[in-house]
Amino acid sequence: MSRALLDAPAVSRVVDRIAHQLLEKTGGATDTVILGIPTRGVPLARRLAARIRAFEGIDVPVGVLDVTLHRDDLRLRGVRPLETTVEPLGGVDGRLVVLVDDVLYSGRTVRAALDALRDLGRPRAVQLAVLVDRGHRELPIRADYVGKNIPTSHEETVRVLLSETDGRDAVLLEQPAAAPGTAGKEVAR
Amino acid sequence: MTAFLLKGVAPYGDAPVDLLIRNGVVATGSTRGATVVDAAGLVALPGLVDLHTHLREPGREDAETVETGSRAAALGGYTVVHAMANTEPVADTAGVVEQVWRLGREAGLVDVRPVGAVTAGLAGQQLAELGAMADSAARVRVFSDDGKPVHDPQLMRRALEYVKAFDGVVAQHAEEPRLTAGAQMNEGVVAARLGLAGWPAAAEEAMIARDVLLTAHVGSRLHVCHVSTAGSVELLRWAKSKGTRVTAEVTPHHLLLTDELAATYDPVYKVNPPLRTAEDVAALRAALADGTIDAVATDHAPHALEDKETEWAAARPGMLGLETALSVAVLAMRETGLLDWRGLAERMSAAPARIGGLTPPSLAEGAPASLTLVDPAARWTPDPAASASRSRNTPYAGRELPARAVATFLRGEPTVLDGKAVR
Amino acid sequence: MKHLLSAGDLSRDEALTVLDTAERLDEALTGREVKKLPTLRGRTVVNLFFEDSTRTRTSFELAAKRLSADVVNFSAKGSSVSKGESLKDTALTLEAMGSDAVVIRHPASGAPHRLAGWVRGSVLNAGDGTHEHPTQALLDAYTMRQRLGRLDGLRVAIVGDVLHSRVARSNVLLLATLGAEVTLVAPPTLLPVGVEAWPAAVSYDLDASLPKADVVMMLRVQRERMGEAYFPSAREYSRRYGLDRTRMALLPDDAIVMHPGPMNRGMEIAAEVADDPRRSTIVEQVANGVSVRMAALYLLLGGSPA
Repeated sequence: MSRALLDAPAVSRVVDRIAHQLLEKTGGATDTVILGIPTRGVPLARRLAARIRAFEGIDVPVGVLDVTLHRDDLRLRGVRPLETTVEPLGGVDGRLVVLVDDVLYSGRTVRAALDALRDLGRPRAVQLAVLVDRGHRELPIRADYVGKNIPTSHEETVRVLLSETDGRDAVLLEQPAAAPGTAGKEVAR
Repeated sequence: MTAFLLKGVAPYGDAPVDLLIRNGVVATGSTRGATVVDAAGLVALPGLVDLHTHLREPGREDAETVETGSRAAALGGYTVVHAMANTEPVADTAGVVEQVWRLGREAGLVDVRPVGAVTAGLAGQQLAELGAMADSAARVRVFSDDGKPVHDPQLMRRALEYVKAFDGVVAQHAEEPRLTAGAQMNEGVVAARLGLAGWPAAAEEAMIARDVLLTAHVGSRLHVCHVSTAGSVELLRWAKSKGTRVTAEVTPHHLLLTDELAATYDPVYKVNPPLRTAEDVAALRAALADGTIDAVATDHAPHALEDKETEWAAARPGMLGLETALSVAVLAMRETGLLDWRGLAERMSAAPARIGGLTPPSLAEGAPASLTLVDPAARWTPDPAASASRSRNTPYAGRELPARAVATFLRGEPTVLDGKAVR
Repeated sequence: MKHLLSAGDLSRDEALTVLDTAERLDEALTGREVKKLPTLRGRTVVNLFFEDSTRTRTSFELAAKRLSADVVNFSAKGSSVSKGESLKDTALTLEAMGSDAVVIRHPASGAPHRLAGWVRGSVLNAGDGTHEHPTQALLDAYTMRQRLGRLDGLRVAIVGDVLHSRVARSNVLLLATLGAEVTLVAPPTLLPVGVEAWPAAVSYDLDASLPKADVVMMLRVQRERMGEAYFPSAREYSRRYGLDRTRMALLPDDAIVMHPGPMNRGMEIAAEVADDPRRSTIVEQVANGVSVRMAALYLLLGGSPA
């Protein structure tokens, strides 16, 4: 049973707002790169860069950061396929890196991302942008830019759909199916 | 001696009768005082005779003793087994064969007929004292270097000639050793895939071809052990058609199993000669049915756990056979319509007895009451842990088999009653 | 995937996943000063080598360590194994120590299959007798793809002692799965009875096969085979089946020359061919071996225990 929390226009507005906030907080996105965490962090990262270009004509380099090899929760699920890390143009040394993911939950994915980031270089600072923060952090990690705060229980699942990966834009809140412990993005937090 | 009345038993599967055993023979007359055995639904067969068993004693008592092997045999419906000579020390003297013979009598479960080695120490260099063994208390008539072939053609010729003096027979393990050096399984598609060195069918056939020609030339008698290939069958057919006095045996496992089983790399399927192809299995069944192959012989080969629980190359070849032989023969030959009970009795009792120089067991009045009662409707699954043999290497573990011997009598004395050995 | 015992066990998708994962791992480590990933931290990988092979053992050791696994080396010499301890007892010892994966090289075909029945962890076949060497075939395929950009329709000639070669068996199976066309080239004595059933063509003529080969893989031929009459002399063998500079010139322009090692320079392959900078892939095969073995270990151990 699922409920739409954000529809397509709402997702679009949220991305626009994050883009504005980013420009504001970074003073014009100077010396900044955006790294999307697969899977859905990647199209989100590209959209952010596109909106920034649309608003102020600035080209922020975009990259992809695969965090699989640095996760601490690999044993909880079957083997995950590896994605490709793509360094942004000009690298990350000395720059501001903005990590982008769709949902922030326990914080472990972001911790793995910080670890993986060390292999790319040494940024001067790292910020985090997420479409949804659903609470229940297990590590001292917080997002700098949040699209929507959604309080949830552990049994619920937050599902983000994006047209690039799923054919449409939406944020859904799903209640558990008849049996508890349903698989989904939230099992391995 | 207790008398027994086997009520309602079907001799050779024919109409049921009441069969009386008194004073050690099949009798008629008063049934007074006889212990009644309810044999309704059971088939009576003459006691099975195995031409080829390895009892391992003396030398490898950790794998089997004459006593444990005898018990396994009796449970399988056997009343006579021929014990092969590749023991430690080798049975190449009157002393060793008499020792084995005596152990058999002490166990008292089957008649153990020792087989004498053809060559001293199985070394293939010099004839063993065949005459002394023939004259000994063990009265050896079958001679074999089994485990190994008598390789030297000159020596094989001499052996074939020499045994004529006491109507003995040389039982040849047909294998040309230069073609099988390092071999692990049948040479063919499966071996190529599994990376196991091959044992070509031609190595068996070449030896049989040589031996049947020699046998015809010197006018002697030859018995070929564990025939395993279609080509061997053709050679035997040809030799018999020319009047050569050659007999042959096939093992139960070669009537049922193929080399595909090696793909598990489980050495319980490693045996010499190796399991062959489905075409070979079909040819062997047809040959047993039409008499080209005279007898079923188990080649019961017990091995200690450490000789089988290893990688394939390090394992010793051989499978247990005594307890399952009849069931496998029923599965391969009777359930396929190739043989009836009389046909099985001929090949598992009468023919092997004749080849071994014995009077064939019989159910006729006056004959020694060496017989076995078989439940034709039984279905059972061999459990290695429950084997009467000291060893566990049966290839039929977990496989449902038809028919089972439930009682065996040796000259009127029960050795197995109700599926259990009496001692 | 719980075990990697035979290249024939891999479906096309699974095989490509191994190659793609190896590529990702290669990218993840290239140019890094610290060549380490935390992925298999806390896992124990045991190298159980009953045959001397420093090269393969080191490759697996490096692969495991780069993924932060703990590595234990059991080698045949000087251990309880050489004192006659059975494979089964060794397996039980490993079980008691709690190994997540055992990498085994053994002189008997089928030993990894037996081991898999005695341990709970994953078993990775690093070469069993004359049966298979799956990671060799995987690194060979990886090398071919890296050099030539494809595997489908690639024409591969495997030359030498096919009968005794586990590398040949694994390669034939894997390349067929991946859509390559394999031709085996050898004297008749070094081809197994039953080779007709393999997904490969057979030829006795090396000179005729070379112009049609995108990849030539030379197999090691042991001189000792002469004693068993597989060929009359080393001289005749290398004259008829050795890859020298003249023969190398028969190859198409972009064709590559591979060898699993160790080489018998002068027997199956001439020194100048082995060292040819353009065609020979022998050195990169070694590097690729580590990446491919990392991928294999990741795919066997990188998820929940099976």
